[in-house]
Amino acid sequence: MRKVAVIGVGMTKFGELWNSSLRSLTIEAGIKALNDAGIGGEEVDAIYTGCMSGDMFVKQGHIASLIADYGGMLPVPSTRVEAACASGGLALRQGFMAIASGMADIVVVGGVEKMTDSLGSQTTGYLALAADQEWEAFNGATFPSLYALMARRHMHEYGTTEEQLGLVAVKNHHNGSLNPNAHFQFDVSLEKVMNSSLVADPLRLFHCSPVSDGAACVILASEEKAKELSEDPVWIIGSGQASAAIGLYDREDICTIDSTVNAARAAYKMAGVTPKDIDFAEVHDCFTINEIISSEDLGFFKKGEGGKAVEEGLTSLDGEIPINPSGGLKAKGHPVGATGVAQAVEAVIQLRGKAGKRQVKDAEIGLTHNIGGSGGTAVIHIFSR
Amino acid sequence: MSVPRFWREIPYRYRLIGSYCENCKETFFPPREICPKCRRAGNIKNIKLEEEGEIFSYTVIRTAPPEFNTQTPYVVALIKLKNGPLILSQVTDCDVEDVEIGKKVRMVFRKISEDGEAGIINYGYKFVLAE
Amino acid sequence: MVGIIGYGAYIPKNRIKTSEIARVWGKDPVNVEKGLGVIEKSVPSIDEDTITISATAAKYALKRAGIEPEKIGAIYIGSESHPYVVKPSGSVVAAALGCEGELRCADYEFACKAGTAAIQNVMGLIEGGYIDYGIAIGADTSQGAPGDALEYSAAAGGAAFVLSKDNKENIVTIEETLSYTTDTPDFWRREHQHYPQHGGRFTGEPAYFKHVGTATEMMMKRAGITPEDVDYVVFHMPNAKFPMTMAKKLGFSKEQIAPSLVVKEIGNTYSGSSLLGLTAVLDIAKPGEKILMTSYGSGAGSDSFYMTVEDAIERKRDLCPKTWEMVHEKRYVDYATYTKYRKKILMR
Repeated sequence: MRKVAVIGVGMTKFGELWNSSLRSLTIEAGIKALNDAGIGGEEVDAIYTGCMSGDMFVKQGHIASLIADYGGMLPVPSTRVEAACASGGLALRQGFMAIASGMADIVVVGGVEKMTDSLGSQTTGYLALAADQEWEAFNGATFPSLYALMARRHMHEYGTTEEQLGLVAVKNHHNGSLNPNAHFQFDVSLEKVMNSSLVADPLRLFHCSPVSDGAACVILASEEKAKELSEDPVWIIGSGQASAAIGLYDREDICTIDSTVNAARAAYKMAGVTPKDIDFAEVHDCFTINEIISSEDLGFFKKGEGGKAVEEGLTSLDGEIPINPSGGLKAKGHPVGATGVAQAVEAVIQLRGKAGKRQVKDAEIGLTHNIGGSGGTAVIHIFSR
Repeated sequence: MSVPRFWREIPYRYRLIGSYCENCKETFFPPREICPKCRRAGNIKNIKLEEEGEIFSYTVIRTAPPEFNTQTPYVVALIKLKNGPLILSQVTDCDVEDVEIGKKVRMVFRKISEDGEAGIINYGYKFVLAE
Repeated sequence: MVGIIGYGAYIPKNRIKTSEIARVWGKDPVNVEKGLGVIEKSVPSIDEDTITISATAAKYALKRAGIEPEKIGAIYIGSESHPYVVKPSGSVVAAALGCEGELRCADYEFACKAGTAAIQNVMGLIEGGYIDYGIAIGADTSQGAPGDALEYSAAAGGAAFVLSKDNKENIVTIEETLSYTTDTPDFWRREHQHYPQHGGRFTGEPAYFKHVGTATEMMMKRAGITPEDVDYVVFHMPNAKFPMTMAKKLGFSKEQIAPSLVVKEIGNTYSGSSLLGLTAVLDIAKPGEKILMTSYGSGAGSDSFYMTVEDAIERKRDLCPKTWEMVHEKRYVDYATYTKYRKKILMR
């Protein structure tokens, strides 16, 4: 297996970008990443783009061709990757595998979602497409409600509190306030989180990631090309992906996301590292409970202690294991298909030491964790300088 | 939801018919074509599930997609069926503050959603508090 | 002879007080309560309709009958609020019960007496040898126009009966049944209209009292009985006043009619009305006792039944929730929630 490096990253600002379209967002992120890599585009062997539901949000299918075309990349083979909110992370893994296998030398990995072109109530329904339509959504389950079921059970079994759920939001908003690309660049108080309106009890508005537009892009290269083209390549030293039951009803334990556990095991093994070696992590906090559950499943904390860890500041920027220095999905924003790629963008910026006020000190190894649906898919990457 | 898509699941939705693997002695709901435990070694049969269970976890939905927004607030729960699997269902006819983990529930036959004013009515299982 | 082998009732849990409705329209709540003899009425939940009510009542009836659903040869549901104008309620209920297949099925409508008409039809099929077991249901989620006098009483509920012939399992034997019908337009609802219209006081003397009275007298004559021979009398209950006045006129006592008067606390359940009166009586009747029931449907007609309670009742009645238990299991809703549940709010 060949080594794979990231030689360029780029992303749009995340947020309600009324002037931008699906294609303009993708192209903007792509050009930034190509410029960052210092290449023109002629060298690219393949494009992989994560996009959850352009089909519903903007009624656009065949996104792969659209992106190659409007990116000025014809006739490069282009593939759209979909695994709900893990689409971006999965696109990254496809690019990683293309280079690792020797099939490609330079790959563009994009992620995009244009969500604000549809109405709020429609958006709720489109996001629920990641759930089992016949046996969850049919019965009225929404996407937040599935995480609410996990949250309630986690509170029941481990004594996790609403305050702890809220503190994840407080922390991530603080990190987001330091990120010029974040959807929300302001701090929130715990009181404000706790008083925000209920969406699906016990989850309140400020426990939920926002509906955002945005795109992100990374340029991957083989070892040979990376050394030729880049002065500060960041290496992808581990990649893991796993599937779990699409519906919550078929899980042995809804306080654990098995796909995360299995994907993490594979990624740690490939990288030859343990959770203790990770200096920071971008974790899939679509709802604050998921950051708590995932921080346990990734091995940073014992099962049931994720909430306490947040309370003790262990996951803050200056903590033992900073989680979501970018602001996470919660504050940076969550354009679903873009998220997994944007996590990689943050990992690379941190490892380059270019994250400014949100820089994690002495960051050598970073991890990204991207989840689809209520945990049906998880994909994890480990990055190193 | 399109009519045939609803129609083909009627026995499972109306009468709580699940699957039973004769090899693993495991019960599944919704029904499965092959056993997720022993895969093709299994022998899957239809089985009528118990209509009683208890609340494993629950939430109260306050923001709903269009086909459910006349019903808010409504309770969605994971229910552990007696001698059976977990099932996701609404808990109806209750004050939301009366719902708790561990409470006993029983199945009822209710309207789930309507395809607008003129379309088909989707019926199926819900649960009510049994105590 | 044909009899009832299993019965089931269902009343939605929500109640609205007539005083709450009166408050909204600026009426004197005491006068409304007194005038109708109804203090509160049942309100179907947003996820309930005639089909779900029928299915629930029929499930109980099947349980008391103790027979396999596949043995059911017919399902007839009488209602004036079938959720579909075209597409039967009965086929959905059949699927919910597990008796799809070789099955006679159609929906009935005759204002508030379609359920008793369904019983007569199933009796005919059994007597004729076409089927061994059949289910007859009367159920409604009736609506009165906001502010109309009907709004205080139009309620929801239903009852289901499994019928069979010469069966030791029968809990009731139907000794006689007959009907009386005339063209009397006292109450109606035209196609595409949401709420019914009615003739006000015309619904009383020439309509309800004439038909219920005539049918009941015809029955007593045919069966060769007098009011004293009967243990329980059940009439259609548009309100509490009408059946009580009727009973008095025909020579029945308060004690004979009281056990069936669920109307006071749940309102008029239309096609379910007299049948819920019957299920309330079956919950307490003893073997050998006699029941006389006469329904009423506007438009207009009455079906009368003379029945004998059999031994099997004692073994079966405790298998399912009882009618008065359901009357008393309730949660109150205010007028705003009621309008939401009954889809009286213009959503778009």
